[in-house]
Amino acid sequence: MRAPTPPPLPSDDKRWKIVNGTMRKNGFARHALIETLHTVQSSFGYLDKDAIRFVAKSLRVPLSQAYGVVTFYHYFSLKPPGKHTMTICTGTACYIKGTDKLVAAAEKRLGIEQGQTTKDGQISLMTARCVGACGRAPVILNDGELFGQASEEKMLEQLERWAVE
Amino acid sequence: MTIEELDQIAEQVRTESAKRDYEINVCMGTGCLSQHSDRLKDKLTAEVAAQGKNAFVRRTGCMGLCAAGPLALVDPDEILYQHLSSDNAKAVVASLGNEPIAELQCNLREHFDQQVHVVLENSGHIDPEKIDDYIAHDGYRALLTALNDMTPNGVIRQITESGLRGRGGGGYPTGLKWGTVAKAAGDVKYVICNGDEGDPGAFMDRSVLESDPQRVIEGMAIAAYAVGASKGFVYVRAEYPLAVSRLTACLREARRRGLLGNNIGNTSFNFDVEIRLGAGAFVCGEETALIASIEGRRGTPKPRPPYPAVSGLWGKPTLINNVETYANIAPIIRNGGRWFAAMGSERSKGTKVFALTGKIANTGLVEVPMGIKLREIIEVIGGGVPDGHTFKAVQTGGPSGGCLPAEMLDIGVSYDALLSVGSIMGSGGMIVMDDTSCMVNVARFFIEFCMTESCGKCIPCRAGTAQMHTLLTRICSGTGTMDDLELLEDLCSTVKEASLCGLGQTAPNPVLSTLRYFRNEYLEHIHDKHCRAGVCKIETPVLEAGVIEAAVTKTAGEVTA
Repeated sequence: MRAPTPPPLPSDDKRWKIVNGTMRKNGFARHALIETLHTVQSSFGYLDKDAIRFVAKSLRVPLSQAYGVVTFYHYFSLKPPGKHTMTICTGTACYIKGTDKLVAAAEKRLGIEQGQTTKDGQISLMTARCVGACGRAPVILNDGELFGQASEEKMLEQLERWAVE
Repeated sequence: MTIEELDQIAEQVRTESAKRDYEINVCMGTGCLSQHSDRLKDKLTAEVAAQGKNAFVRRTGCMGLCAAGPLALVDPDEILYQHLSSDNAKAVVASLGNEPIAELQCNLREHFDQQVHVVLENSGHIDPEKIDDYIAHDGYRALLTALNDMTPNGVIRQITESGLRGRGGGGYPTGLKWGTVAKAAGDVKYVICNGDEGDPGAFMDRSVLESDPQRVIEGMAIAAYAVGASKGFVYVRAEYPLAVSRLTACLREARRRGLLGNNIGNTSFNFDVEIRLGAGAFVCGEETALIASIEGRRGTPKPRPPYPAVSGLWGKPTLINNVETYANIAPIIRNGGRWFAAMGSERSKGTKVFALTGKIANTGLVEVPMGIKLREIIEVIGGGVPDGHTFKAVQTGGPSGGCLPAEMLDIGVSYDALLSVGSIMGSGGMIVMDDTSCMVNVARFFIEFCMTESCGKCIPCRAGTAQMHTLLTRICSGTGTMDDLELLEDLCSTVKEASLCGLGQTAPNPVLSTLRYFRNEYLEHIHDKHCRAGVCKIETPVLEAGVIEAAVTKTAGEVTA
């Protein structure tokens, strides 16, 4: 039996070729779903409906199942991230050292709740369930770069810098 | 690749090393990197060239003492420098061959002297991405010895004799697990390395994968030989990008050296490893959920039996062990099971890596023999609680574990001892809390974690943790009653006994242990509306009559309006 032909790429955006590459590397096997979604998210920053449809169809996974996987795992995001992302770790070691106060202060400063992006699309505020740098708690990730022993002052300074950019 | 060839590579590395007067090992684990130890390393390399010293600057993995980072170790004098920045590079290089720089030196003898390094023996000494460095430290000798001189059963016998128990937290005897998978019928079998270190406050697996990934790959290969598998998967959290990139580089190196792939060590043994990224689901640390995730599905657990050893990945017999378990395998095969069994306590053998964090002076990674007293870990190795605060509790086992008070510090660390006092060994997170932590609030924190991480498949866990969270929130806010407390205790036993997988079965542990040892704090919140740590925001202290009246009038006004 011949494998059904995969659907055409959603657009000429070169990033789709990277996504297709991951699927090809895995022989378009269904178990490559999570791997492929990782590639989509790292290429595009988030997963939109077109992307999920394209991946589901290419891997012959029911759309419901693909959507189920996307919403099950916290790492996947359905919304585009802001220009900058601040991720505050709320693991136990960081919590004991007071990151709940950092989260509250950042929420107040930005006027959004954790998991949201400011209206101008400038800053996303996220929390993480432990990034494994507990020796340096409390920890903040500024656009993925790790800062240990964070203070409210330094954090607000960073937000200020991003806001006026 | 043969043992002789390994020897040649090792000899080459040693000759190279002997030509140099000094070697500066710079820690480039996640902790030190966050303080720009990469810039420090570049600067040191530049300074060595500028000052014309015969020295080599090496990137290494974690040296353990994250609190004092960035760290650098100068060999052969074994001088450890702490809190370095690239500004210190010139002075450090200039001090080679002269007096060490006293004010930068780290003199925490008691921190290091009490430790025994088996899993971490190479961490901080080798470049994690250079396979030759690993080979020079006896790397892959165990695998080739096993392939050439031992039968699969012989390997399992050594592991059984060592008394090694699963380091992921469950403590299931590793030899027994391997034996079951080896005996399971089927041509296709899999080995999986569980690197989904979801416990908040634990980073042992991250550190091992960042500092000495080859050791894990070798352990997996030996396991594959013992159980008859030819394919392995490492499941790592996507939140650990450095571990993933180092592991990827190491797999490539191992293939290049013929230590992965077909006919390893000129035998008929074939084995290769693939990396699978987690996607941020704590429940995927549970073995059946992890298997579902590797298969590309939602990470929901399945009832056991059948156990993965019989029917696991794609229905085939599957061996799942934790990162640290695999990291123990090569030394056991090299030195024999008896050597390992000589360390540790009666029923918990060997050593255990702990991530020591929270309100403690020397935060970081420590490896200690099993049976060591908690007090020794916290007060001697950890340096005690800083800033004049007093110790209140130590939390082991993450969201599945418990909080132990000062009276319990004299128990020896072992699977059974920790279980008997209401906590668990867990994967190795050890979080110290002082008088600024409210134990009710801590219990609420863990239940909130379990509530959001519950996969939702079984009701006791899905609904039970949510109700427990509501009750704990009420107690924290000062509106809880004794009935709430009773209901909470009742729910604990329901969730514990009726949940499908480990997540739900252990979720009540933090509540149960704090109720057992810190019941007073619960009662203070309920009766006195008081939080002794000052963490909980108690809403309405005791209202004076006038205030109540005003409130009532206001509410009545709103209703009529």
